Amino acid sequence: MKLSYFPGCTLKNKAKDLDFYARRSAELLGVELEEIENWQCCGGVFTTSRDEVATKLSSVRALKDAQAKGQALVSVCSACHNVIKQTNHAMQTDKAFADKVNRYMAEENDYNGETEVLHYLEMLRDKVGFDTLKEKVVNPLKGKKIGAYYGCLLLRPNTVMGMDDPENPTIMEDLIKALGATPVVYANRNECCGGYIAVESPELAKKRSNAVVENAKAQGAEMIITACPLCKYNLIKNGADIPVVYFTELLAEALGIKEDANE
Amino acid sequence: MQRIGVFVCWCGSNIAGTVDVKAVAEALKAEPGVVYSTDYQYMCSQAGQNLIIDAVKEHNLTGLVICSCSPRMHEATFRKTAAAAGLNPYMVEIANIREQCSWVHKEMPVGTEKAIILGKAAVAKVNLNTSLTPGESPVTKRALVIGGGIAGIQTALDIADAGFPVDIVETKPTIGGKMAQLDKTFPTLDCAACILTPKMVDVAQHDKIRIFSYSEVTEVKGFVGNFDVTIKKKARFVDETKCTGCGDCVDKCPMKKNPNEFNMGMDNRSAIYIPFAQAVPKVATIDAGACTMLKKGKCGLCSKVCGAGAIDYTQKDEFIEEKYGAIVVATGFNPISMDKFDEYAYSQSKDVITSLEFERLTNAAGPTQGKLLRPSDGKHPHKIVFVQCVGSRCAACAEKGKEYCSKICCMYTAKHAMLTRDKYPDTEVYVFYIDVRTPGKNFDEFYRRAVEEYGVNYIKGMVGKIVPEGDVLKVQASDLISNKQLHIDADLVVLAAAIEPDKSARPLATMLTASMDTNDFFTEAHPKLRPVESPTAGVFLSGACQGPKDIPETVSQAGAAASKVIGLLCKDKLTGNPCIASANEMMCNGCSSCERVCPYGAITYSDKEFRMPDRTTQIRRVASVNPAVCQGCGACTVACPSGAMDLKGFTNSQIMAEVDAICK
Repeated sequence: MKLSYFPGCTLKNKAKDLDFYARRSAELLGVELEEIENWQCCGGVFTTSRDEVATKLSSVRALKDAQAKGQALVSVCSACHNVIKQTNHAMQTDKAFADKVNRYMAEENDYNGETEVLHYLEMLRDKVGFDTLKEKVVNPLKGKKIGAYYGCLLLRPNTVMGMDDPENPTIMEDLIKALGATPVVYANRNECCGGYIAVESPELAKKRSNAVVENAKAQGAEMIITACPLCKYNLIKNGADIPVVYFTELLAEALGIKEDANE
Repeated sequence: MQRIGVFVCWCGSNIAGTVDVKAVAEALKAEPGVVYSTDYQYMCSQAGQNLIIDAVKEHNLTGLVICSCSPRMHEATFRKTAAAAGLNPYMVEIANIREQCSWVHKEMPVGTEKAIILGKAAVAKVNLNTSLTPGESPVTKRALVIGGGIAGIQTALDIADAGFPVDIVETKPTIGGKMAQLDKTFPTLDCAACILTPKMVDVAQHDKIRIFSYSEVTEVKGFVGNFDVTIKKKARFVDETKCTGCGDCVDKCPMKKNPNEFNMGMDNRSAIYIPFAQAVPKVATIDAGACTMLKKGKCGLCSKVCGAGAIDYTQKDEFIEEKYGAIVVATGFNPISMDKFDEYAYSQSKDVITSLEFERLTNAAGPTQGKLLRPSDGKHPHKIVFVQCVGSRCAACAEKGKEYCSKICCMYTAKHAMLTRDKYPDTEVYVFYIDVRTPGKNFDEFYRRAVEEYGVNYIKGMVGKIVPEGDVLKVQASDLISNKQLHIDADLVVLAAAIEPDKSARPLATMLTASMDTNDFFTEAHPKLRPVESPTAGVFLSGACQGPKDIPETVSQAGAAASKVIGLLCKDKLTGNPCIASANEMMCNGCSSCERVCPYGAITYSDKEFRMPDRTTQIRRVASVNPAVCQGCGACTVACPSGAMDLKGFTNSQIMAEVDAICK
């Protein structure tokens, strides 16, 4: 199975682990991730102003690239996935926006949101299958109590993202189970870590991040996994006293390819 | 050729103010078939009607055109006038020159011109009118009530007291419905069981009422006055005629770990069970999915201990066919599932409960014998947060919840809060609300008492998130009036879940060809003037199946539905509306278009033999209309591609003649 892959800027420096283990695990699971050529930054945030076109063009270019190859587009960073998926949705549903973008791009073929956009977790669930994944696990993480941290961007807005129930998600818990560990459900798993507010008001971000970690610990979590570099940054920066790791790292560990990491 | 009389009404100045009635009468005199034309101040008055009767006799009139108000107002009046004059009542046409003319125009010339055109159309139609005679059908003097909650109970009792036999079909093993699960009832705080169980006993002892408990309606055929209904009596593996309800089997049953539906799953019941002590009928039922004897053929303890020999493991579902004249739907409601509302952590904590669960927690016959204890650890909660409108009044785009107000939640939450403060004064109680809605007799006084006398903290604003942490529930909410975020560490949270129609309502509506709204509530024939009747003749609505209702309102509607049923069953024969559809079999091509659009299920298809011009016989599939079911809406005449369907009194040629007259 060949799929287009959009890594994103953070995954090339601060969040190399997220990217590295995602690629290696995919390989092992029989998925070839073809990196989009000349991809550009997703913009980091999907602007909700409808006449804003420029910041959304890089997503459209990536989507068109995948379309040309007839592949679905996979990303693993929560923020990139959010921006690309929302841009694709706007291209599908907002005719005026799509016209504007297509005129601006002035390319031969117009794009109207035809590409399937998947998060890596969705790829695992829907393309690979958690049952198949379970069979490939060589190093089951027995006895580990792990809290999945979704944050906000992965699930919302639900009408567009459509990945899982935004109030009671299960996709990461199902992944944790497939890897042989025990998922810990805690209410703040879909709350915001503070995000970029960390720049303007570190105190507020600290409060938000601590609420997540404390709640996870109180419910028995010994480790937190996430798909978002910013979530990981905020949680660790604000003093998380249990490990916070990318879900791909955990995946690689269970698949027995963790030692390849230090390249 | 018809001899038509035209009668133009002034309606005081209502019509004459903007329509030159004399000019209208004069203009219509020239229309084909018109032999007499006049005007009068109040045509509907006794003097006006006499004027019509005299004119019929004097001029040998065969058809009448009344230019007056809407036919909804006085068509019936003038049909009676025609009958008194010796004409067929359906030889009358009304030209509505009031609501559709004088009231909407300001200028006399415009109004007059339009009135003349409307009059011409009516004349053109009367020229093609024929005498119509209503058909008759007999009435089976027995009613069926579907649902045995307080709505069904009250309807059944009222019908039976009037002397007509009634059958109640209830899907659960006992009647009583939701009211049987409640603790106290607002606004008087009398105990639900104390006022409900005597009524349940009345039902059981009434010689005109039969209860089919643990049963379902599986098929409905026929029409008003003549319904043929099939009822499935599900196998309960206990002979109802032998069981004494002693409960020995319940005590001895070893399979005790089944969630008890009556207590909202907060405790367990055995595989053989009686839902509650006052159940009617007080008969045990075996849960086939939980009984080891039925699943594996091992055990049989209940059969051994039953002194009456009532246990019968071989019992099968039984189908009963019965005829009814009227059907009352009383299928009630359920709280919605909390699956989509996990911001309130219902799936994460046992101490987040719904209001109906709270009723069981405070009920003396409930899982805690009425002591208010937390489901998680059995401790007394000292801080309780009530959240109103959970799933009610959601935006249409919200993908979860309901757009409508569930109506009962404000009052029962005030009741819960007040009773908690009354019994446990050391408990702090918070209620979060969007609006407090208390329109009902003594309702607002009740709510004020909760706030002022019992010190319940009412906070305008919604709860955004509940985080279970350790043994507290961290409630995050907004206080809109003081514009603050609130954080409350609660011991117990009670969610006022929206209510929705019972899941059985939708398939039942299909069986009955009764219409529903987008929320699956049954639609009434008229939202104001016929609130307890379905648009389908012979089907009546009782209780929350028609919309959210509290007990007083349910009981009033139940009584109203009963009176409508009694009014129907009193008649020996039903006189139909003669303005119904009929199919011209020679033109019908058997396409089923009419059958699909008929909202009343009045059209059926059958194969018929036809003698062809060349003396051969051909079998063709043709439509036929059941005259007792057809309501004369005309949808089929529009849908029919070959023009085979025609509506008596509104035939295609009559309508075209009207259109021609208007466009001339």
